[in-house]
Amino acid sequence: MVEDLSFKRLPCNERAAVEIVVEGRKVIAYEGDSVAAAVMHAGLRPTRKTALSDVGRAPYCMMGVCFECLMNINGKANIQACMTEVREGMVITVQQGARELVGEIR
Amino acid sequence: MSMQQQYDLVIIGAGPAGMAAAAEAGEAGLNTLVLDEQSSAGGQIYRRIGQPVLQDRSILGQDYYAGEALLAGLSHPLVTHIVEATVWEVSKDKRLFFSVAGKSREVGFKKLLLATGAQERPVPFPGWTLPGVMTCGAAQILLKSSGLTPVEPLVIGGSGPLLLLISCQLIRAGVRIEAIVDTTPVSNYRRALKEIKGAIKGWRYLLKGLRMLKEIRSSGVKYYQSATELSAAPGADGNLASIGFRTGTVQHQLACQTLLVHQGVIPNTQLGRALGLAHQWDEVQQCWKPTLADNGNSSHPDIFIAGDSGGIGGAVAAEVQGRLVANDIAQQLCRTSGTVNRVNRLRKALAAQLVIRPFLDHLYRPLDMFLRPQGETIVCRCEEVSAAEIRGLVKHGCVGPNQTKAFCRSGMGPCQGRQCGSTVAALLADELGNSPAEVGYYNIRFPIKPVSLGELASLDQTD
Repeated sequence: MVEDLSFKRLPCNERAAVEIVVEGRKVIAYEGDSVAAAVMHAGLRPTRKTALSDVGRAPYCMMGVCFECLMNINGKANIQACMTEVREGMVITVQQGARELVGEIR
Repeated sequence: MSMQQQYDLVIIGAGPAGMAAAAEAGEAGLNTLVLDEQSSAGGQIYRRIGQPVLQDRSILGQDYYAGEALLAGLSHPLVTHIVEATVWEVSKDKRLFFSVAGKSREVGFKKLLLATGAQERPVPFPGWTLPGVMTCGAAQILLKSSGLTPVEPLVIGGSGPLLLLISCQLIRAGVRIEAIVDTTPVSNYRRALKEIKGAIKGWRYLLKGLRMLKEIRSSGVKYYQSATELSAAPGADGNLASIGFRTGTVQHQLACQTLLVHQGVIPNTQLGRALGLAHQWDEVQQCWKPTLADNGNSSHPDIFIAGDSGGIGGAVAAEVQGRLVANDIAQQLCRTSGTVNRVNRLRKALAAQLVIRPFLDHLYRPLDMFLRPQGETIVCRCEEVSAAEIRGLVKHGCVGPNQTKAFCRSGMGPCQGRQCGSTVAALLADELGNSPAEVGYYNIRFPIKPVSLGELASLDQTD
């Protein structure tokens, strides 16, 4: 994450601060921010690597249409970051390629 | 199985059309459910209008705050509004399935209203998949819901009213824009002039457009007109580093870390497609739209469509359509609806909103390079399929979009064709020498949003 890739915040009406963890770093977001908005504010780019050719991608449409913002959120892969609101303590990482099957198969 | 709730009317989407329809339906005594994917009402145009984020109201302007008036309809006692609801299936026997927070629910309905709005037209060009390239709509969403402005240096490129609007909004917010690269070709102005009568009747919109152009001009932002051959290139880190384009015979290259692109909006037809509703190709707007009767009725007698998801008309038209359609539905269900006078007034208001559309459609018709890309330009972002690959399939006997799925997996990724469907049809039509109307579109099947096995299994549990 680099400072100069950070989307800047304009003066906003008061909203509750929400602490999340982006790629191992603590980041302050605000209630109502999507995960995609929060990671762009944190300067994260790219936000996923494609399954086929391992190239970087980042949020594109921000309205749930393009599925470019798929990220790993709280251990679950393939989550639309633009359609997920930040919650206290959320752990967010870049999605590397296709999702892996996690958990027990019973 | 849990007891499913029954509603007179289920509305999908809480944008201007959905909110206005809910208000009318509640007034008419219809037990109404509004489902929306977002955490608060407003749709894309009035995103987060219930709790505006920006302190400075002049940045987004009056047109955004006008949406506040629509919120009241959702708090009518007969209207239930469920947020963060993802609709993934509607069955033929009028049951609807959706998930909220990982749990699925099922409801029944008498009438269904799709008010799912628009999406930005996919604009394939070399480099459009690079991190740092995003749509003008995406920048607006970041502004409205989080008060965020793009990383600089910033370039805005493309064509259409939203391109001018976001430029003005970012200028007001104090963002430095390196350049606006307008790709509207000169020949479009000539075509649009034939529709000038409509534009004069819709003078308010014309004036708005001229005001935006004036605001941009007086800001001193560099404005390139009639640009062609737009491309984006990465730096060593794989992120966007520069863009290239041509004006006349001059090649330009600009360093930038964000490029906002736009080539107009098209109806979001995913749900209607999955429902098997009839659709038609609109040659002027270069997009598919559902086939609708005057009262908003689709090819299914109990399914209606209002707002941009039925054909692009803008936010105010969407609101009026929502009211008209809800009135019609109330009448069909034998409930009190608006007086004839009121319905006539609404019809007039709708006509006044739509009168400028032919002018705008001709003026902002995208360049062929965006509608029918060539070469290595990625068309299917999910499965990384290029324009050349899609075009090449025709000589192997591919005659329609559904076959391209089997040939090259285009349209089979997580977006389910939302970003490539119209382009794939246009490319096949180009190679076959016919029109997208003949080539057709992907068959869209439920579930229309990825749904986990856990969500499916949760349906069986009684609450």
